[in-house]
Amino acid sequence: MSDEFTTKRLVEMAEQWYRQMDDGQVPYIRLPTRTKQNIEYDEKSQVWKYGDRQTLRSANTEKSARHILKMAYVISFLKQQLAENRSSTLREMYYISEGWNKAKFGAQDESNHMIEDLEILCDLQREAFHLRPEENGASVYGALEIKEKTRRGERRIHCREDVGEAGYSIPNNVENLEFIDHDAKFVIAMETGGMYARLMENGFDEEYNAILVHLKGQPARSTRRLLKRLNGELNLPVVVFTDGDPWSYRIYASVAYGSIKAAHMSELLATPGAQFVGVRPSDISRYDLPADHLTEGDIAALKAELTDPRFDSDYWRDEINLQLKLGVKSEQQAFASRGLEFVTKEYLPERLSEMGVL
Amino acid sequence: MVLAEELAAEQRSISVAEFFEKNKHLLGFDSPTRGIITTVKEAVDNSLDACEEAEVLPDIFVAVRKMDSDVYRITVEDNGPGIMPDKVPFVFGKLLYGSRFHQIRQSRGQQGIGISAAVLYAQLTTGKPAEVISRTGAGSRAHHFRLMIKTETNEPEVLLDEEIDWERIHGTRVQVEFTSTMAARKRLIDYLRYTAVVNPHARIRAEIEGEPHTFERVSDEVLSAPKAIAPHPYGIEFGTLKRMADTSDDDLGNFLIQGFSRVGRKSADEILAVAGLKGSKKAKALSSEETKALLSAMQTVHIPPPPASQCLSPIGEEMMVRGIDREFGPDFVKARTRKSQVYSGHPFIVETALCYGGRLEAEGPARLLRFANRVPLLYQQGACAITAAVSEVNWKSYGLSQQALPTGPVLILVHVASTNVPFTSESKDAVAAIPEIRREVVLALQDLGRDLKTFLNRRDRNKQEEGRARAVCSILPDLAEKVAEVVEKPVPDISPLEGRIMHKVVAKKKTTNGVVEISIHNYTHAPLSLTLYNLSPDEAGDAVPAPDFVDKIGEEYNKVWKCMIDGGGSWSVKYTGSGVGMIDIRGVDENKKTVVDLDV
Repeated sequence: MSDEFTTKRLVEMAEQWYRQMDDGQVPYIRLPTRTKQNIEYDEKSQVWKYGDRQTLRSANTEKSARHILKMAYVISFLKQQLAENRSSTLREMYYISEGWNKAKFGAQDESNHMIEDLEILCDLQREAFHLRPEENGASVYGALEIKEKTRRGERRIHCREDVGEAGYSIPNNVENLEFIDHDAKFVIAMETGGMYARLMENGFDEEYNAILVHLKGQPARSTRRLLKRLNGELNLPVVVFTDGDPWSYRIYASVAYGSIKAAHMSELLATPGAQFVGVRPSDISRYDLPADHLTEGDIAALKAELTDPRFDSDYWRDEINLQLKLGVKSEQQAFASRGLEFVTKEYLPERLSEMGVL
Repeated sequence: MVLAEELAAEQRSISVAEFFEKNKHLLGFDSPTRGIITTVKEAVDNSLDACEEAEVLPDIFVAVRKMDSDVYRITVEDNGPGIMPDKVPFVFGKLLYGSRFHQIRQSRGQQGIGISAAVLYAQLTTGKPAEVISRTGAGSRAHHFRLMIKTETNEPEVLLDEEIDWERIHGTRVQVEFTSTMAARKRLIDYLRYTAVVNPHARIRAEIEGEPHTFERVSDEVLSAPKAIAPHPYGIEFGTLKRMADTSDDDLGNFLIQGFSRVGRKSADEILAVAGLKGSKKAKALSSEETKALLSAMQTVHIPPPPASQCLSPIGEEMMVRGIDREFGPDFVKARTRKSQVYSGHPFIVETALCYGGRLEAEGPARLLRFANRVPLLYQQGACAITAAVSEVNWKSYGLSQQALPTGPVLILVHVASTNVPFTSESKDAVAAIPEIRREVVLALQDLGRDLKTFLNRRDRNKQEEGRARAVCSILPDLAEKVAEVVEKPVPDISPLEGRIMHKVVAKKKTTNGVVEISIHNYTHAPLSLTLYNLSPDEAGDAVPAPDFVDKIGEEYNKVWKCMIDGGGSWSVKYTGSGVGMIDIRGVDENKKTVVDLDV
């Protein structure tokens, strides 16, 4: 999408407020309500999107007036950035807002959130605004050859032959990638770097024709977009392997179903077919994994998941209730207690066959 | 000589005037300072009573002038019915002479002591006679009297009686001179002001040592004097009953029916049955014992309360509010007139008003205005049952702080109207502690307290709301500027928007393609009656709605529309024209309106 188009969309928003003020109306914006109470499953795309509930933000309270003022400053900033063909990171924009007096952001969360609002209002992605997140270092390793358009020209990269042990770093804008070739049967995405390195060291990718993806905690949009493209364009099944705690289930949910914060982009970012490998609460007892007790925060998070529409299935209800009953959690690296080979030689082959991936 | 004989030589009757000479405090002349106020008060009370009887709107003039180092001349003049020349010497020159003492109805003066006491006081301190001018109507000339009181006999002494020309058609003017000070000047002015508050139909002008004060009337309703009623059987005293019976020619049945209010044939028979007396017996033939039996029977039989509506004249809620509004301009004022009640057979009505804010002092105890039969009570506030009742109310639960009296910018008015206001003494400064009266005062004030609380809560809420609105309005100019920068257009005029947020009235004029449209938005919460003025060269002959009034001024037409707009509502008019000229609205506070001409 062209920068002119993006600028037009941004200016349209300001024009709307201009008209409202000129008419003596209190300026307002209308947005889908961005909470878990307002996400709905979309049968067609099989992902979770925002529902019909809307939040009207009208400048008749100080907070809302300030919110709209900040948005106007952001629009003005983005318009200028587009005109000058520059780009900035979300963090840079947050620092730039320091000079905006009344429109200054209190924390980066707030400015990030506002950019998401703008994406929704303009029906554009932040890349169109020339905004990018920090590099987060998520990476890919395996038999996949890609072509990347970098600022220094095109690069062809094989994600095993041409990279070091850390793998190929996923760029911010996955749209700049082109898949050239691959020799894989499935994609396995892992929460922790330890497990990613374990599978690499044990040669799991070669033995089972797997593409290894390191999610690096809650995956960035680029990582999720890459998984979606690998799944959609190369028809590779995606499986997600995380720790066995409530926070890790949310990592899986954001990959498979879409995140609540970015539900407006679920169609682009979510991989509906992605399957959850583990660690499942039932694995903890089955493999007698070393475990920690659930903290109060863990319990609250598990209970919150019971009311999250994305976890509203028999599978998740059973697993979550089982975990609440057991009162424990385990990390994925806990499999090391059964030997360093156990996870690649026994657990994963067994589990993946059971899931129909192998 | 026996001691009793010695004593007998000194025993003789005392004239009332002599008694007064020795007991000045009983009538409110205990100090020279107070003398002036008492004199003015007695004279003004008489004037107001007289005007009511004659059904004229009172126009009263009061002057206090310093004549000598400590001699003051007090003059009070009214437009009342005047006094027949042959009665003048008695009214002013004889103590205990009056027309209202024997009547059962509400009046200011009663005993006929007040003004003659002033004459006597003048005579005692300066030796100067009182000057009285009175005229009874267009058909007769005015009489000018110079009067003194013979203290030994309590009889008037006429030093001069001449016919003179006087500019008033009817009225009375009294002037006395006595030794005094003006230490209580503020209190005197307060007295006049408070009198004006409870007599909104009166116009009072005063000249206090050359300084003019005018209290204009706020009501043109002529007050008619309350009608006298017969005594009520409850609360009558033995002596009175005996005297009434002795002077009656009726049989007992008719005596009760004619002589007392609310006694009919049925009640009379019941009373007589209880007393064991025959209805056919002559009243004057009653023995002392029988009178006693009759008296106690009268107290036991149920008899409806006396008819308060004829004999009492309450000020009324609206008049109290108007009177207070004129003098204090408060932010909140509410008044209550309670239903008439009875204590010991005397009907009474309690009226109260409560006001807050405005020109009232923000600190210190509430100002308490006590009135009895429309007369302000200025002294002995602490000894008065009204004060006790006000302190008895728990004002804290109505949002006021309290130290006996509530504190803050509060004014409390209490009026007790009765055929017989129970004073603690003859100087009529304080109401006696009668439980029935105190209860009525408390109930009325509690009722008003609830209204005040509602007002205070709403005011606080409005204040908060205003604070929030201000916060929003401090951000909007930045927003307008930024948005204008993005869309590359001139900064929009956000004053209508601010008007909306600040809950103001916003009037706008905009002309498009030769059609002038003037719209008014009422963003306040209350319905408003507004007047729109539009001065321009456009005749606006096709205006919809048509103007209520058009005035041609030179080449321009001043068009006036009157419109009623509900809170949150709007109104508009359209006509063909050039759109030049100006608009303005009236009917709303300056700080509550925004007028925007979009054609400029």
